[in-house]
Amino acid sequence: MTTAFIILLLPLVAAASNLLLLRKKANFSAFVSTFSAAICLVLTFGLIRQDDLNNLGSFNWIKIADLKLDIGIELHGLGLGMILVVTLIGFLVHLFSLGYMREDAGKARYFSGLSLFMFSMTGIVFADNLAMMFIFWELVGVSSYLLIGHWYHKNTAAEAAKKAFLVNRIGDFGFMIGILLIWGSFGSVNFVEIEGSLRNGNGNYDKGLLNWSVFCIFCGAIGKSAQVPLHVWLPDAMEGPTPVSALIHAATMVAAGVFMLTKVLFLIEVAPTAASVIQYVGAITALIAALMATQQNDIKKILAYSTLSQLGYMIMAVGFAGLLSGGEVLGEKASNAGFFHLYTHAFFKALLFLGSGAIIYACHHEQNIWKMGGLIGRMKVTSFTFLIATAALAGIYPLSGFYSKDAIMTIAANKPLLLVIGSFVAFLTAFYMTRLCVVVFFGRARSWSSEEAKEVPLLMLVPLLVLTIGAIFAGQTFAYSWFVPSKDIPHPEGVVLPLILTAIAVAGIIAGFFLYRGRDQEPYPVQVLSRKFYLDEIYIILVRIFQDAVAWVAKQIDRLLIDGLLVRGVARLVTEIGSVLRGMQSGNLQGYAFLFGVGVILVLYIINAAIG
Amino acid sequence: MIIDLIVFIPVIAALAIGLGAEGRKTALGAAGANLILGLIVISELMRKGGEELIFETSTVILENPKLTLGFAVDGMSGVLLLLTVIVTFCAVYVSPEKAPDGKVKLYHIAPLLISAGALGAFCSTDLFFLFAFHELALIPTFLMIGLYGHGRDKLAVAWKITIYLGVGSLILLGGLIALYSNLTSAESATFNIADLTAIAETMQLDQEVQKWIFLPLFLGFGILVSLFPFHSWAAPAYASAPTSIAMLHAGVLKKFGLYGILRVAMPMLPKGFEAWEGLILVLLLGNIIYVGFVTISQKYLDRMLGNSSVMHMGYAFLGIACVNHIGWNGAVLMMFAHGISIALLFALCGSLRERLSTLELSEIGGLASKVPFLAVSFGFAAFASIGLPGFANFASEITILFGAFNGAGEVGNLQKAAILALWGVVISAVYMLRAYRNVFQGDSAQGLTLVRRDSLNKIPIILMIVVLLLTGFFPNLILSMLPS
Repeated sequence: MTTAFIILLLPLVAAASNLLLLRKKANFSAFVSTFSAAICLVLTFGLIRQDDLNNLGSFNWIKIADLKLDIGIELHGLGLGMILVVTLIGFLVHLFSLGYMREDAGKARYFSGLSLFMFSMTGIVFADNLAMMFIFWELVGVSSYLLIGHWYHKNTAAEAAKKAFLVNRIGDFGFMIGILLIWGSFGSVNFVEIEGSLRNGNGNYDKGLLNWSVFCIFCGAIGKSAQVPLHVWLPDAMEGPTPVSALIHAATMVAAGVFMLTKVLFLIEVAPTAASVIQYVGAITALIAALMATQQNDIKKILAYSTLSQLGYMIMAVGFAGLLSGGEVLGEKASNAGFFHLYTHAFFKALLFLGSGAIIYACHHEQNIWKMGGLIGRMKVTSFTFLIATAALAGIYPLSGFYSKDAIMTIAANKPLLLVIGSFVAFLTAFYMTRLCVVVFFGRARSWSSEEAKEVPLLMLVPLLVLTIGAIFAGQTFAYSWFVPSKDIPHPEGVVLPLILTAIAVAGIIAGFFLYRGRDQEPYPVQVLSRKFYLDEIYIILVRIFQDAVAWVAKQIDRLLIDGLLVRGVARLVTEIGSVLRGMQSGNLQGYAFLFGVGVILVLYIINAAIG
Repeated sequence: MIIDLIVFIPVIAALAIGLGAEGRKTALGAAGANLILGLIVISELMRKGGEELIFETSTVILENPKLTLGFAVDGMSGVLLLLTVIVTFCAVYVSPEKAPDGKVKLYHIAPLLISAGALGAFCSTDLFFLFAFHELALIPTFLMIGLYGHGRDKLAVAWKITIYLGVGSLILLGGLIALYSNLTSAESATFNIADLTAIAETMQLDQEVQKWIFLPLFLGFGILVSLFPFHSWAAPAYASAPTSIAMLHAGVLKKFGLYGILRVAMPMLPKGFEAWEGLILVLLLGNIIYVGFVTISQKYLDRMLGNSSVMHMGYAFLGIACVNHIGWNGAVLMMFAHGISIALLFALCGSLRERLSTLELSEIGGLASKVPFLAVSFGFAAFASIGLPGFANFASEITILFGAFNGAGEVGNLQKAAILALWGVVISAVYMLRAYRNVFQGDSAQGLTLVRRDSLNKIPIILMIVVLLLTGFFPNLILSMLPS
């Protein structure tokens, strides 16, 4: 068994043993999960130092005729960066959870879910083919469902878990169609094999169908990375425990859509129409989500919308891979830019979420920012790390976000409209994060829970501090050149673009600071934004019409037409024939006996005829 | 010899119970023995690859036409045999000692006879007995619903399923007779399925003849599988039937129609299928999409499960319509996976019925903390049913879909149907998660009485979950027995 397979399977073993054997020993099961995450992290470092990344292992899952579906491992370049993000942040979140979930009644179940997630997410990163990608894609969906619904007795949590799963299934519906189209055209789902056929001109694909395939595959990313119009599940997913939000709904799983697109880069390159759709979906998501973030009052919701918006950035950048520029597609440059932002974002957004978790923990599970205030004096370390992360997110030099945002904007500069949208989003980002910080950390304490807040235990501070180092340095060449050479990442030419972007960010910070300084409630309520453009309400109506109403009609048809007319009709007919032939009333079982008798007689007759 | 044993052990046990042997223990002993024998058969099939018939036995009943009571298994029969012995064991296990009216005999004889009938039908080498064994299995099904069913309208339900399946069998019989008389002549008259298939392959009946024989065969088999629009018997029957009967019929006996299509109709009448392909694609979408919506609108857990079982049959038909080994093997895996998972769901539903005063979804709630084992098991079963990776159901669905797109450079009718069918994965997630959320999560419902019964039978539940996971992680265990 290769190291990579151990990294893949160890968390599964931990999840299974927690569920089966350790339910009564919650502390021990927490230890098992955390320990397995630690081992995976150590093994990942080993994997990174390994010279030969071929033949990491493969297992045949299904084989019939030409269909060969494997669980096989492919890992180079961005995959290495991704697996580090998953195991490192995964481990830190386990550590943080030891503190955060210390007194939770369902602790064993929680850690079992975390381990299941680690297994599923590792599978996505390792996948060497689309079918395997889809398998683990669904499994991260399950672990996300289980963890969002961790407090299942709360109606809101149960609903949010269900919603997340169903919305993702809609995306996966498209994803699967895309995979099937690719399989039909190329006779394979293996990344290397498809790319080979494409380069050699093999396979009976046509351009139009290929664009559709890429679009359908992208639907998977729309679901998992919560892009418009399937973004509605992510804010609700904040019902889950906060460490889960940090790991799954900020740093790793929701970024899986971006990562998956980098894996099928060679398809995006030859599907310009679909690529264009990807760019605009990303840009629209970035914009809409940033607008909505400016008017939220729940600290986790603000961060959730921020995540949506940043994911939109990444998706937009990857979409540029299919754009012709100077006779060549942007290709790898664009997808590297998207992934670079994924990488830096993972650190500072996980830090923001864990920080918010620390704040919520300290404020006795208060999540409304207008009930907080003045926390900088009472939670010095947490506040300090949170402010660093905020600056990184806003793209302040020399923190990590500055570099990755530059990379994305350099790519976006190929389409002026998208550059403008991107820049405006950068302003909004700095603005809403400043609003959050000003309200939460400065001013006066607005409730007893924030008055009594005190710094969280060391176990929870360590992950914050480690992530702070990441948030500061992840954008430096030494922090990423081991998996992607610096020359392959787009850097702005000259200082004009970085200067403009910095000015925009500073403007956002200044605006946020002066508008919200000293306020005790939202001074400028904008209904349409705080109600999220009424999209949830609209969707509920759509579901009522297209699902519940159709279902009701179908049920009536079933009851009246099929059951009523057809069946009763036939039943009456048979009864009539039966009674005519036998001249007696028909009972339940006699009816069948009669039919059976007819059958037997007919068979005997045929045999007889054949013999005769 | 071993297959004869497997078929007749339940019959002998049923006779013994009839003569006064202890009901549940005898049934459980017979089912357990069959489970072990079934595993022996499967291990032999795995060793030999399942292409050829093995363990063949025959007793000649008539010389001309050649009518023999004979049994054998190849891969496909073997998979269904395994399904039958597993579900029988579990169904007998969850049955209480006594029927609600205190009687014992029929209550334990019926499942055994159903099992014997299904085993005989799946393993018969002879067309006549393939049909006859299935008929044998239907009678106890009707009786049990009529006598021990739930609900006030159990007699009406028993009557309905009787009529429905009776008519289906009759149409099927007509088709079989037409097939038989077209394929054989006075000199070469035979009921042997392998011989008939060989004759059909060399003889190549006219397209037109195939077309009109295929229709009654497909409809007849189809009605037995609750093919749309002949599906409305299934949900009420399963909701009304005693737990063990619902498990055995939905899990095992219903697969007979699919087995028949794959064993008889498709190999012997390939052009007949081509003639009706369009219609069949529409009907199977009726199963998946239309019945899917009907399932969403159900208000009772048992009805919902019954409808979901109808819906999933659409995927099996889709696999058959692929007309390639990928699709067909997927369909066989689907029969197995669905058989186990629906039996599991009905077993759990039965446990809930014993504990609750109602199964109306809006009246139940928050049970997870009160019956944790049931909640976790139901979670596994629900995840299996909606086709999550890790369970055999997912492996079968993905195989069928890949079969539909095998070598398809363009999107034809089959591919369009497959895409529409894929929407079913959203539909099934909607009703399953909704039900799970209503029953187990959220607030505890007001005024819900939870009757504590004696401890739950965990063994069959765990067994079925393990089987689903094992074949989901390693579907090649099943697939390697099937031709490719």
